[in-house]
Amino acid sequence: MTDTATHPFIGQSVPRGGDRRLLVGAGRFVDDVRLPGTAHAAFVRSPHAHAAIRGIDCAAARAHPGVLGVWTGVEIGALLRPQVVEGGELLPGRTIRRWPLATDRVRFVGDAVAVVVAEDAYTARDAAALVAVEYQPLRAVVEPEAARAPDAPILHDDWPDNVAFRWETVVGEPDRRFAGAMRIVEVQLVNNRIQAAFIETRAVLASPQPGTDELTVWASTQVPHTVRGGIAAALDLPEAQVRVIAPDIGGAFGTKGGVYPEYLLIPALARSLDRPVKWLETRGESFQATNHARDQRQRIRAAVAPDGTVEALEFAVVANLGAYGANTVPLSTGRMATGPYRVRDIRVGVTGVMTNTTPTGAYRGAGRPEAAYALERLMDAIARELDLDPFEVRRRNALPPDAFPYDAPTGVRPDSGEYGRALDEAIRLIDYAGFRREQAATRAAGRLLGLGVALYCEFAGPGWDSAQVRAQPDGTVTVAVGVSPHGQGTETAFAQIAADTLGITPAQIVVRAGDTALTPQGIGTFGSRNTAIGGSAVLLAAREVAAKARRIAAALLEAAEEDIVLEGGAYGPRGVPDRRVTFAQIARAAHRMGGVPGGLPPGLEATNHFTPEGRTFPFGVHVAIVEIDPATGELMVRRYLAVDDCGVRINPRLIADQVRGGLAQGFGQALQEQIAYDADGQLLTGSFLDYAVPRAGQLPNFELGHTVTPSPFNPLGVKGIGESGTTGAPPALVNAALDALAPLGVRALDMPLTAERIWRAMQE
Amino acid sequence: MATHPISLTINGKGQQSSVESRRLLVHYLRDELGLTGTHIGCETSQCGACTIMLNGSAVKSCTLFAVQADGAEIMTIEGLAKDGEMHPIQEGFWEEHGLQCGFCTPGMIMSTYDLLQKNPNPDEHEIRHALHGNLCRCTGYQHIVKSIQYAANKMQGATVAD
Repeated sequence: MTDTATHPFIGQSVPRGGDRRLLVGAGRFVDDVRLPGTAHAAFVRSPHAHAAIRGIDCAAARAHPGVLGVWTGVEIGALLRPQVVEGGELLPGRTIRRWPLATDRVRFVGDAVAVVVAEDAYTARDAAALVAVEYQPLRAVVEPEAARAPDAPILHDDWPDNVAFRWETVVGEPDRRFAGAMRIVEVQLVNNRIQAAFIETRAVLASPQPGTDELTVWASTQVPHTVRGGIAAALDLPEAQVRVIAPDIGGAFGTKGGVYPEYLLIPALARSLDRPVKWLETRGESFQATNHARDQRQRIRAAVAPDGTVEALEFAVVANLGAYGANTVPLSTGRMATGPYRVRDIRVGVTGVMTNTTPTGAYRGAGRPEAAYALERLMDAIARELDLDPFEVRRRNALPPDAFPYDAPTGVRPDSGEYGRALDEAIRLIDYAGFRREQAATRAAGRLLGLGVALYCEFAGPGWDSAQVRAQPDGTVTVAVGVSPHGQGTETAFAQIAADTLGITPAQIVVRAGDTALTPQGIGTFGSRNTAIGGSAVLLAAREVAAKARRIAAALLEAAEEDIVLEGGAYGPRGVPDRRVTFAQIARAAHRMGGVPGGLPPGLEATNHFTPEGRTFPFGVHVAIVEIDPATGELMVRRYLAVDDCGVRINPRLIADQVRGGLAQGFGQALQEQIAYDADGQLLTGSFLDYAVPRAGQLPNFELGHTVTPSPFNPLGVKGIGESGTTGAPPALVNAALDALAPLGVRALDMPLTAERIWRAMQE
Repeated sequence: MATHPISLTINGKGQQSSVESRRLLVHYLRDELGLTGTHIGCETSQCGACTIMLNGSAVKSCTLFAVQADGAEIMTIEGLAKDGEMHPIQEGFWEEHGLQCGFCTPGMIMSTYDLLQKNPNPDEHEIRHALHGNLCRCTGYQHIVKSIQYAANKMQGATVAD
């Protein structure tokens, strides 16, 4: 696909389109959409982690000048239906029913209990402060262990305990292998609770169209079609009458990939008041009420042969779902339990537990980073206990290139992989032997230098997606897609794919996304699925358009259709270079009022849906070199190398952007980010002062390498890339820290690796 | 709620308004003047998305009252490009991929403007230090640093050519 003669744009770092408006202050984020008569909403949220609602007095708020309405959980029952989670992997009889406002009980600090709508945002907040809620505090559970204790308070009515689901898979004979194992290596880990912390908080603006039942909603979301479906269902509206627009989005990272309760309630209030209603989440609210992520307790152990080969694997995960969290993320951890490795005798168990904390949900990697972290910590523990090289342990356990597509014992099916090549490339680029020499020399001088490696494999997005490619009469092309990119630059990659297929340039293409009225029904942007799935849909639709262009070209040139080729940006018979028509000439002919040449039907457009054979499995090898200050425990990253394989590379600079951005977030989890609660469930990290998103001076320059292993599961051969950084960085960094601390005998260490945490580990 | 008359210059244009005592400068700019390029990310001056130039220095407009800007000269992101030509800083952010989602970008650019005004040839450490009040969650900063180096080079070249 990277032959520049037939594909002048695929494989090139074509500049990002559409940035100009963002650079000159003309971006259009939800709060930049201004509609006359817009009212503003503010929520009243619970200060208690767990409490019964004894009463809500809204009289003062309702009487406040400028207030248009105040609603409680009981009152909104007339406006919409609750969100219900049931079935699936939940244990029988356990249903999670969530109203956008709590009705009788609050279950986490930040659970919404009332909403005020007023003429302006200041007034709405003033009035929200006048709502008097009488709470009867209940005992709260914060940690999953406490939530599973026999006397624990139970969050959801009619449940016998707080366990939402249990998923277990046993393949082969793990018990027999453990019983006969030469060596058993075990690691216990906490995967810390973190948050996406996008700089644009959640936002929604709903506007009923006067005199109709139609509703337009601007939402800061990754999945406009899914949000439309959610609104239609909750408000009992036909989907065709709801238009959801995802305008510019100020960061999402998977955590804007669901249908939040506020995104249902604000449209309901707008319909009730028959005027536009806008809600902008405050940062404090965002830390409380936007989903958190990760938060797993993990125990992973391996039966190991003398050469370091893992003969059996046990992986037990307990996931903190918060008050209403979903099970998909921890299940993905379970399904990625064997990662890039060959072991087939496994026992994997995942348990999801409800606690009085903010719900956990998807965030960049969504379950796969948690699996990679556990596996890669285990691999290093094996290397240490058997005195083997960490690269070598991984090589001995990795699936060989001829194993693919590989039916993993957990049920997933990795598409392709050349893990040995990625290991080789990382060893070369980091000058591994040189580092070990330096390490030995500096250790003698008392310095704590360490290298950590992670071989990760994760899975990218599921499902189908759509594209419509439409030529205008002047030969410019619109590409409308069902995925909903929001900063990745995927529009540019899509233009490259369509340009090569049609014989035009990316500058002649406008890509439209994020508007249910302008795009074909799609699934959205999450799980690194944009290019592999959305891009393949663009390719298929563009191929259909190109095929019709050939037919029109044949008619225009009075040549046989099968002789028409696309060469050098023009269509004509093979071997007759002076008889050529451009795509623009063909497009003009396709729209002639008097009839299209050859009696062909008018128009030059196609809509296509692409369903891949399976998920793609990006992989890579990340290497961190760190130094720890022996006096303070402060960790400094000396070098960080990411060798990633996302298959065929459509736009290398966009890929590098995704890797670096993901690494920044992976560094955040590994080194400094932690959502913290006290024992009563009070959130201790409610602002950017307490929650340490990395700043410019806290990150190094990242070194990038790559290998190319095409995916056989899509016609472009591409895999996802967006989640490589958050998957590879945490284990690489923590393994590096443990390598640095090895002379002190430190084996146990949990993220984030603050100086205090490292210093304490050094003292023990 | 008491209101106050204010008179100030914004992006080179004189502006008279009457503002509530508690009206934040960022809301005044965005909601009353329609200058929505200045963004709100945290309302507590920690993220820097609302950074503007006020009397020649970068400030966080989310923690100033509009009334405090009485008599001030303000430049927002909308005032940086001249005659449809992007400023070298804007050009640098585009050329070097200094943005992804673009939400922190106006604040980043205004902080950069402040930096390059005071230190036209900063080294990487100085650049990263100057950005300490601006959070970006998308890029990992590496290419923001490169964008600023691009702009510094271009602006110095322009000065030499003058």
